[in-house]
Amino acid sequence: MAEENNYLLEMRGITKIFPGVKANDNIDLLVKKGEIHALVGENGAGKTTLMKILYGLYDSDQGEIYFAGNKIRMTDPQQAINLGIGMVHQHFKLIDTLTVTENIILGSEPRQGVAINYREARRQVEEISNKYNLKVDPDAKIQDISVGMQQRVEIIKILYRGADLLIFDEPTAVLTPQEIDELFEIFNSLQEQGKTIIFITHKLREVKAISDRITVLRDGKSVDSVNTEEVTEKDVAELMVGREVLFRVDKGEAKPGESVFQVENLQVKDNRGIMTVNGISFEISKGEIFGIAGVEGNGQTELVEALTGLRQIAGGRVYYKGEDITELSAREIKDRHIGHIPEDRLRRGLVTQFSLSENFILGFHHQEPYSKNIFMNYKAIDQHAQSLIQDFDVRTSSHQILASKLSGGNQQKLIIAREFRQDPELLIAAQPTRGVDVGSIEFIHSQLIKKRDEGTAILLVSAELSEVMSLSDRLGVIYEGEIVKTFAADEADEREIGRLMTGSGKEVKTGE
Amino acid sequence: MSELQTTKTDAGGRLINILIELGFALFSIVIALLVGIAFILLAGESPLDAYHALYIGSIGSWREFLNTLWRATPLIFTGFALALPFKAGLFNIGGEGQLLVGGFAAGFVGFYFTGIPGGLHVALAIIAAIAAGALWGLIPGILKAYKGAHEVITTIMLNYIAIQLTIRYGIERYRIGGRQALPTIQDSAKLLRFNDLAELPVVGSLPFIEAFALPGLRLHFNFILALLAALFLWYLLWKTTTGYELRAVGFNASAAEYGGISSKKTIILSMVIAGALAGLAGAGEALGTHHTFMSGMDAGLGFTGIAVALLGRNHPFGIVAAGILFGALSQGGLEMQFVGIPSEIVTIIQALVIFFVAGLQMLKWFLLKQREKGEAE
Amino acid sequence: METIAQMFTLPLLLISFRYATPLILAALGGVFNERSGVINIALEGMMLFGAFAAVYGSGVTGNPWIGVLYSIGAGLAFALILAIVCVTFKADQIVVATGINIFASGLTIYFLQVLYGVAGTSPRAPRLPSIRILGMRYNPITLIAVALVPIVWFILFKTPWGLRIRSIGEHPSAADTLGINVNRYRFICVLISGALAGLAGAHLSIGEFSAFVREMSQGRGFIALAAMIFGKWHPVGAFGAALLFGYAEAISIRVDFAFIPSELIRAIPYVLTIIVLAGFIGKAIPPKAIGKPYFKGED
Repeated sequence: MAEENNYLLEMRGITKIFPGVKANDNIDLLVKKGEIHALVGENGAGKTTLMKILYGLYDSDQGEIYFAGNKIRMTDPQQAINLGIGMVHQHFKLIDTLTVTENIILGSEPRQGVAINYREARRQVEEISNKYNLKVDPDAKIQDISVGMQQRVEIIKILYRGADLLIFDEPTAVLTPQEIDELFEIFNSLQEQGKTIIFITHKLREVKAISDRITVLRDGKSVDSVNTEEVTEKDVAELMVGREVLFRVDKGEAKPGESVFQVENLQVKDNRGIMTVNGISFEISKGEIFGIAGVEGNGQTELVEALTGLRQIAGGRVYYKGEDITELSAREIKDRHIGHIPEDRLRRGLVTQFSLSENFILGFHHQEPYSKNIFMNYKAIDQHAQSLIQDFDVRTSSHQILASKLSGGNQQKLIIAREFRQDPELLIAAQPTRGVDVGSIEFIHSQLIKKRDEGTAILLVSAELSEVMSLSDRLGVIYEGEIVKTFAADEADEREIGRLMTGSGKEVKTGE
Repeated sequence: MSELQTTKTDAGGRLINILIELGFALFSIVIALLVGIAFILLAGESPLDAYHALYIGSIGSWREFLNTLWRATPLIFTGFALALPFKAGLFNIGGEGQLLVGGFAAGFVGFYFTGIPGGLHVALAIIAAIAAGALWGLIPGILKAYKGAHEVITTIMLNYIAIQLTIRYGIERYRIGGRQALPTIQDSAKLLRFNDLAELPVVGSLPFIEAFALPGLRLHFNFILALLAALFLWYLLWKTTTGYELRAVGFNASAAEYGGISSKKTIILSMVIAGALAGLAGAGEALGTHHTFMSGMDAGLGFTGIAVALLGRNHPFGIVAAGILFGALSQGGLEMQFVGIPSEIVTIIQALVIFFVAGLQMLKWFLLKQREKGEAE
Repeated sequence: METIAQMFTLPLLLISFRYATPLILAALGGVFNERSGVINIALEGMMLFGAFAAVYGSGVTGNPWIGVLYSIGAGLAFALILAIVCVTFKADQIVVATGINIFASGLTIYFLQVLYGVAGTSPRAPRLPSIRILGMRYNPITLIAVALVPIVWFILFKTPWGLRIRSIGEHPSAADTLGINVNRYRFICVLISGALAGLAGAHLSIGEFSAFVREMSQGRGFIALAAMIFGKWHPVGAFGAALLFGYAEAISIRVDFAFIPSELIRAIPYVLTIIVLAGFIGKAIPPKAIGKPYFKGED
């Protein structure tokens, strides 16, 4: 085959099938040497799968790959590494209990006889660190360093192995806006040194900011490849979704009633004993959505767990409808009609080995009519399930199949249906549309608005700033366990919120 | 011991599941028996003689079949003792120790107290056994729930402690004469044996009762209790909220916690019931089989119970069937010993069954994945 | 009190090394496989079978050192079963290990009958020579066990293989993406633990004794696991814990407690194990990825 003169990588006709889904369908991806190439698409579009094939973690069912003009068959990551392809995964592949240096050299350790030559290892790490301006502490354990530094360790890891093509999978998902800027400077620095970069993202602003060319994937197929300067964000969004995209949710004015939920000076510790929620106070009224915006890892998880009885509260108090609910257990909270859509549906929200019927009553199974004393009433349970499936458009063939068989979006709808049907007067929704397809997102958003209009007080916690901004009537920004500022919907300025999310609103701790 | 299901939980899907499970179980047994041939040959005996003896000794006659059920009884209970906590995500390897303390308690109550009317005495002894077994399950349960202590090792340790307590110390303290056992229990504490059924007031006049009046028949009432326990467990697991919660915790403890279910309570409850059931096995052996608590009466029943639970796919009814199978192996093993073949072969076959069932699990998993892949294309 | 004085004599402390030997070896083996992410509760069965094989090998050749080789081979054979069924075929590690323990129990008694025509104790076989150190007699396996501690430490913390083993137990997919063959390392670690457990068995049968007695391992394989946990999966820690348990066994056998029956004293090691596991003495955090079979391409 004739090789294009300056394509470093050519993936042609890549197809990959998993049980139940065609993840990649005849995809073409062409990347020029020395460019920063963005691979964009919705969740589930097939981007990560494609890159895993490139990196040798998966085998493609069909298609060919050419690297530096040579046809190759990727069999395992070792081969990819040898060819000069390195990947920085979305979920870092770092070993917490080992040091930065150990993580970097793992598998390619410099030796002195049978032992590892740690001195040489440190030297090489420092060399790369200085060359590309990647500040790290070679002797620190991964569990003790920041997320930003962890990412730099991942980058050094692949540079250490001589990577010329660097693939980044959703690199900005866990970074603050400031760290994102730093990352893009690193990208530029790498490009100057002659490296080629592919980065996967679904964040269009970043794509516009840093990439040279963009390839869009949708539903497993490659839709188009364009030069970045020739398109707008809106163009790309439409390519990603396939139709006109509404960036704002249609909602009417809120009509808030009395205040029903008050959180006062809440303090919560995380699993390591650190006070991750450090004095949070807010209140929510009937019929309003209060949103909390912030980068993940600033205490949101612990906050939600504390409010729903899944984590002990170290200090402060929580009141609901006049009652002090601070000490209550998860069951007692559920019995008071407080609904909870958990941020991790597979871990918290569902028992995937249970049928849909059994999942629809999770948390309410001890109540009538689903059971009386300890005897379950399956007729009532099944009826309940069938009714919810219909009303909430959960796509499934039967209420008796296992929950593991539903798609992410339908699983989320199941959870929402379950919580909504209990007529909650207070609803706590954490990351309600994470990993959910666009159609389901719209449905879920409209359901939330509907509940609000019916008078439910809603706490919305989300890492998607656009979601928080479009749904909330009032919103607060969380940073390092505190709510740094609260806004009414019409006052909210995206730029200011972005700054607050990174701590510019208060004393910033000196960094890494 | 992952349990695999097809996608549907309705009646049709469940039937397919059962058939698949049954198929794999039978397949494992057959392979184990085949490999067992090698060991028989190594012992210089004929596999034909061996398996013939096995057959004759276990189900070759009505009496032997009933004796097979007798052998199966404690295995069914110890199988339950593994399976129930397993449903909640725990490995209870402590069936042996729970059986011993239960048997000791029953044997002790059985011999120590005199002058108590028959039915009451038996009942008290059984209650003592259940309590002792429950306690022996409670300890690792609490340690796991509150301290995160790995139940595999704590239960195994408690097995050894039970041996020291009951056999080495307990028997030593109370025995009479040279026999390594507690004194024989009072007649009033003896558990009803099937060959005494003909002498009972009402039941004795039923037409078919004479069929049980066989000399050498050792089947006793605990078998009935085992069957009742199976029904109880089945109902508990699938028809009650307790069972729902237990299964939820076993599948996904985080989601169960979200659903307001207390993992701790569930863990402890499952271990207590399991211990009680194993204790009941011990009671049966003490009150029905030996009429005393004696050294060696546990005979690896706890560990065999693990194989029974595994083969029975952790389902109460499956365990009854698997228990009967292993009882047959055990009963037939006696006959094998009579014709000069080491009965240890039975133990070896049991271990082989475990290997093959565990190994075939993964085969099933691969096949299921292949089928799903086919569905997708 | 006299009892307390009896508990702290030098001979008693020295003799603890002998009692601790099988625990040290099996615990070191356990460190290897658990650090790589595999649970091995079949150390008991491997030890038992190793004990038998040692007697057999020594008896058949007249050379106890050959018996030692047999014991290692026996441990390896059983470890091979665990490795193939659990690492390669990804079956449940606890179930298969329990099967191995049952298998060892049945197999050894079977062989007693088939090979020697006895039910409980094998005929005598040549035992290993003993060496006098500090006025106490030790068999070579004890010395090997103690010597292995720094060797294992070095391998685990100073060599590339040790680094990779440690990474596999914590985050196998991270190691995988760097081209490390997770399952191959796990396979080898399981084999190592089997070899060490088998050797531990030899200590019991031809090191301290000169015959095989049925069920002679008496739960030591499990106590070794407790020592490993108590030692926080670190070879030196496991060594210290094993010594402690050896000391407990020494006390239970050689010290007279007037007010407590000796049978109950024998239960001390087991009780101590439970106390350790319940975390009453420090917190024990196992390797993160332990017990879960590794499938390629997972997160």
